[in-house]
Amino acid sequence: MNFGFDDTQQEIKSTAREFLADRFKPAKVRELAESEGYDDDLWKQICELGWPGIAISEEQGGQGLGMVELVILCEELGYACAPAPFLSNAIAGLILADAGSDEQRERWLGGIASGEGRAGVAATQPEPSLVLDAEGAAVLVLDDGDGAKLVEPGDATIDSLKLIDATRRYSHVSAGGGDSLPGGVEAAIDRAVVAVAAELVGVAQRAMEMAVDYAKEREQFGRPIGSYQAVSHQCARMLYDTEEARSLTYYAAWAADAEPETLPLAASMAKARASDAAWTVTATALQVHGGIGFTWEHDLQFWLKRAKVSGELLGEARLHRERVASLAGLGEPAGVPA
Amino acid sequence: MDLTLTAEEQAFQDEARAWIEANNPGPAPHGDLERFNFEREWQRKMHEAGWAGISWPKEYGGRGATLVEQALFSEEIARARAPRPANILGLVMGGPVVIAHGTEEQKERFLEPILSAEEIWCQGFSEPESGSDLASLKTRAQRDNGGWRVSGQKVWTTFAHEAKWCMLVARSDTEAPKHKGLSYFICDMEQDSVEVRPLRQITGEAEFNEIFFEDAYVPDENLIGGEGNGWNVAIITLMKERAGIGTASAVALRRELEQLIELIAERGLGDDPVLRQRIAELRIGSEALRLGALRALTDTMKTGTPGPEGSIAKWEWADLNQALTELATEVLGPEGLERDSEWAYRFLRARANSIEGGTTEVLKNIVAERVLGLPKLR
Repeated sequence: MNFGFDDTQQEIKSTAREFLADRFKPAKVRELAESEGYDDDLWKQICELGWPGIAISEEQGGQGLGMVELVILCEELGYACAPAPFLSNAIAGLILADAGSDEQRERWLGGIASGEGRAGVAATQPEPSLVLDAEGAAVLVLDDGDGAKLVEPGDATIDSLKLIDATRRYSHVSAGGGDSLPGGVEAAIDRAVVAVAAELVGVAQRAMEMAVDYAKEREQFGRPIGSYQAVSHQCARMLYDTEEARSLTYYAAWAADAEPETLPLAASMAKARASDAAWTVTATALQVHGGIGFTWEHDLQFWLKRAKVSGELLGEARLHRERVASLAGLGEPAGVPA
Repeated sequence: MDLTLTAEEQAFQDEARAWIEANNPGPAPHGDLERFNFEREWQRKMHEAGWAGISWPKEYGGRGATLVEQALFSEEIARARAPRPANILGLVMGGPVVIAHGTEEQKERFLEPILSAEEIWCQGFSEPESGSDLASLKTRAQRDNGGWRVSGQKVWTTFAHEAKWCMLVARSDTEAPKHKGLSYFICDMEQDSVEVRPLRQITGEAEFNEIFFEDAYVPDENLIGGEGNGWNVAIITLMKERAGIGTASAVALRRELEQLIELIAERGLGDDPVLRQRIAELRIGSEALRLGALRALTDTMKTGTPGPEGSIAKWEWADLNQALTELATEVLGPEGLERDSEWAYRFLRARANSIEGGTTEVLKNIVAERVLGLPKLR
């Protein structure tokens, strides 16, 4: 039994950390957020690293690695709060690989794996769907009512939606027709849920580090504020929350490939905890920063806003806790709103 | 990352499970003496089959089990709801300290009777004036031809009545700085100058004791780790106490949570959305505790020493057990508050969880200072 990364996984992690620290410095995150766009050249570099196809099989043009490797990347992208259409494309790939017909996979999966024909994806159920990264996508994976369907952007109405998180592109999409995927999407959605949880773990980790660094430097009443237990104990709690979310997320990623029968419960446990942790940690980080943390000038806002929005993607904490209750022995409730 | 058990680990788990299933004596009886004798008999049985002190090296009578095997064994014990062994403090703290810091003579003298439960151990650390600030303790040890005379008061001592030996930290040098003037002794409890008084707690039972030492004698050969080194030896003892808490306590919590879920279903409260959310939180928390412990295990196997992360596990466990027992009393209503009922006992007993073995506040300090590197207040 080994609940740690192997050498390859460790290398993916450190490569990602270094690359993102260099390319997506906070100033770059701010620049892209304020211009509400992505950097095509940086996306091309991400594609050259092979990230978009990391969890897609080699025969379909990907790297043939698994959920643990995808989760490592999602966590690092969250840590950097990198504005890039990675998550949407990865989720679309998971759904298409699982539920698509041979023909659908043949047509779209190569572009998703290389990142050259990336996909946007619906993050909530009802139409008009909240869709991630619809603009510029080659294809959209939307909800079909009881499955998923493929829609080409030209056949859809895309209304850009300005959420508080400006580091990612969101829109409302309506499309009457579309090409339904024949397979079930439940397992792929659970994998996607774990990917979002991983992003939230990265967001929480970064916010905690910002708070701890600030608490060591900032002095009031003649000493660093981190020496006051009213502050240091809140920082300790950030570690508690972040580590719980991380353990559950890594486990769910491993289970997705190794013990898929345990994935539904594991995925919902991870997402519930990660949604809560990312919000609590970023909000506490703002409190530790005091007034400066509330200014537009301070970078913490990007992580705080991402935490809130990603916390709601593919189901907020309450919804996943409800699912945990069902799966943990209480069964389906009578008459609970969907 | 691979959480499947290796063939050896699987074989170990199968063997442990089969042995426990065949030998589990069931729940311990009520009543202090009855319980103690029962648990002592259980430990003898464990020892005969080689299951006592499994973490100890083979040369000292243990099994030389890996950390994973230790975790698996405590999970199996918790899963089967088997009783604890009578000499738990000797097995988990006393023995490992003697193995790490003792002389060959001390190992020869003390280890085997710990395993066989022939000699029970207790722990004399906390004092009325020294709880979280352990290093401020005042119990004095003064040289007296070829040994030491100890005077002072210890508190919150389990098994003091049954114990032959007390792991005792006392001040052997009043001139030295407070952490440096302490020594770690193994004090014989069977002498007139040691008096044990039961300490009744809010549950009504007396699980703990106070010990009064009045010129109690400790020969030189019972000093562990050398004069003035008591703080270091004591800290290792406490780390060992905290390190193993994760996996077994997570399994125990899961068992209690399953009972609570059954209760909720029996009472027709299974559709209550608020209860469902709280049950889910407890389920998620206990799983996070279990997985965090497994991650810490992997780290410890890589680095060789348990990190301060054990403090998070202890803190999580206290939070969860308190929340779980509080929810149970809510579900049960007044019935859950009947004196001597199982849930009322658990509910009251859980209040100590955030105090015993390191208060949650001290654990937060450890996390803040040693993991996050925040400056100390002092």
